[in-house]
Amino acid sequence: MGKVLVFAEQSHGNLKRSSIELLQAAAKSGNTVVAVVFGSHAGDVTAAAAQNGANEVHVVKDASLDSYNPELFTANIVSVVEKVQPSILLASASSTGRDLFPRVAARLNTGIASDCTELNISGDNVTATKPMYSGKCFAKANFENSSVKIVLMRANQLPVAAADTSKSANVVEQAAVKPDLKTLIKEIVKGASEKLDLTEANIIVSGGRGLKDAANFKVLHDLADVLGATVGASRAVVDAGWVGHGMQVGQTGKTVAPTLYIAVGISGAIQHLAGMSGSKVIVAINNDANAPIFQKATYGIVGDALEIVPKLTEEFKKALHH
Amino acid sequence: MKIFVCIKQVPDTETKIKITPDQNGIDTAGIKWVLNPYDEYAVEEAVKLRDANAGSQVWVLSVGSKTRVIESLRTALAMGADEAIVVNAENLDNFSTAKALAEVIKAEGGAKVIFSGKLAIDDNASSVSQMLAEFLNVPHTTVVSKFAFNGENVVVERDIEGGAKEVVQMMTPAVVGANKGLNMPRYASLPGIMKAKKKVIKEIEFASLNIPASDIKVKYSGFALPAEKPPVKMLAGDSSAQASELVKLLRDEAKVL
Ligand SMILES: Cc1cc2nc3c(=O)[nH]c(=O)nc-3n(C[C@@H](O)[C@H](O)[C@H](O)COP(=O)(O)OP(=O)(O)OC[C@H]3O[C@@H](n4cnc5c(N)ncnc54)[C@H](O)[C@@H]3O)c2cc1C
Ligand SMILES: Cc1cc2nc3c(=O)[nH]c(=O)nc-3n(C[C@H](O)[C@H](O)[C@H](O)COP(=O)(O)OP(=O)(O)OC[C@H]3O[C@@H](n4cnc5c(N)ncnc54)[C@H](O)[C@@H]3O)c2cc1C
Repeated sequence: MGKVLVFAEQSHGNLKRSSIELLQAAAKSGNTVVAVVFGSHAGDVTAAAAQNGANEVHVVKDASLDSYNPELFTANIVSVVEKVQPSILLASASSTGRDLFPRVAARLNTGIASDCTELNISGDNVTATKPMYSGKCFAKANFENSSVKIVLMRANQLPVAAADTSKSANVVEQAAVKPDLKTLIKEIVKGASEKLDLTEANIIVSGGRGLKDAANFKVLHDLADVLGATVGASRAVVDAGWVGHGMQVGQTGKTVAPTLYIAVGISGAIQHLAGMSGSKVIVAINNDANAPIFQKATYGIVGDALEIVPKLTEEFKKALHH
Repeated sequence: MKIFVCIKQVPDTETKIKITPDQNGIDTAGIKWVLNPYDEYAVEEAVKLRDANAGSQVWVLSVGSKTRVIESLRTALAMGADEAIVVNAENLDNFSTAKALAEVIKAEGGAKVIFSGKLAIDDNASSVSQMLAEFLNVPHTTVVSKFAFNGENVVVERDIEGGAKEVVQMMTPAVVGANKGLNMPRYASLPGIMKAKKKVIKEIEFASLNIPASDIKVKYSGFALPAEKPPVKMLAGDSSAQASELVKLLRDEAKVL
């Protein structure tokens, strides 16, 4: 058995669900699980990391690591990898994970499989399955010539069980490495939404041109509020300027993998399906019974979105408060 | 100054994917290949940067099967690129692809700015630009929707989670991974297409780059089509009945609430 290193991401001192998925999967493999956490609040999540499977937590508690910088994070991850000597490194295919770990792989002269949806760890070996060609097929990534096998997993792909509050971990504090940087993050412009990002959301309510105009997106936001969902959109409405590009789901937008995707007034063009066909349950609401979206959907409703969505919001309110 | 753009040729999204009998890849017969959509933004930005800086040149570079990817290189030339290079190779992974790109850029005397797409829509990996930056020992930013060059540094806007953006300044040379929103890629003009047809595309054999076989780190196998979905369950009744039925199904049958 070897060691699995998990890059644990946190937000406001809470461990992200995607990181909990990875810790629990690593723990199930029977390997020693080491979590690494960055930033001045890194200490806040050591207990949560332990309760979800970490035997050891490496904490690099340094304010310089509070926000992401590719060069700085690469140097610090590499330094932790050199200390821990894991055979497998797991991270989430979040915007940080996707940006950071290819660079880490290149520096460590090792392999990486990105955007995976299935994970199989057996001893020191790992195979990961990922969608290819916009989800039209799947393939297994097999590592060769790799000292550390790096796998980036999409969020919401692995089961999460309750944390075991009786568990604790050995905490190792490590000082931050401070290389000379050629990259400077000058400013972070806050997004409009405090909701979970589409790529992490467990429930997504998405709207298309069938909503008729920008103002009607309010009915989707009302539904999303009741469900704790994030609102997404088709490219047609992004191009029309009804919503920002950050909300676009699809080939040239975001690839999402929620448990529940509700597509409202979206025709189901192949480029849209490319981004959401990995959703577990798909509900389509469309006034055209022949819309292609129904071929991908689990449940379909033919009707006027503006009539049905408010009714749904009421029904969910009743169901979720009983 | 020299500007490089790395481009990849990918199957068109509308293409039907068939798996080879050995399950080690896809059947490429009948596939329509196109320039990776994000790479169009990369080419456009490079051409705009060249036009704004007298004496500059745009070089496009692709690693792939030479007979095939030449078509995408010609598309980029028709959009305004000046020179094109193909590294003739098959079955590389992202690591060895990035190594090959880095070796060629170094051999051609380096570049001030290197553009790529944020990801290739076939592998959806978004890894080549970051690896390339590492092999060149230069900074990188991916998912870029705004770009400016001030003669010394580049300043870009990067889209991050929750609709937020980061403003990032990088010393040049730097690698920039283009996102949608960066610009509106131009259509190739007829004179552009005619000119592109006449251009000599420089060909390099992957073997001549002396990249060791151990630089292939990941191999894909076991290609499979997604499992058949059960047919959609259409809900009946008026909108109130449909709404309450849906909530029931999501709770009791699909168990997602
Ligand atoms: C015919 C064929 C067979 C293949 N067989 C295998 C295989 O058996 N095993 C395997 O692991 N992989 C295989 N691949 C994929 C392999 O080439 C790499 O995985 C791929 O190039 C890495 O890019 P990516 O899709 O991860 O790109 P990303 O990292 O998602 O791309 C980001 C950006 O990098 C640049 N870029 C990416 N690739 C290239 C390129 N080739 N040339 C120039 N710029 C590029 C582009 O600007 C692109 O927008 C095959 C590819 C082809 C075309
Ligand atoms: C290179 C490329 C990349 C692309 N990338 C993306 C991408 O990332 N994401 C994406 O989404 N698209 C993308 N597209 C665009 C895609 O092809 C479609 O044009 C787009 O998805 C259509 O959006 P839509 O379904 O909202 O609009 P439409 O196709 O106009 O569909 C509207 C639907 O609403 C229904 N409707 C109308 N009125 C009502 C009503 N009152 N109640 C209920 N339903 C109603 C209609 O029946 C119709 O099915 C891309 C295209 C290209 C060429």
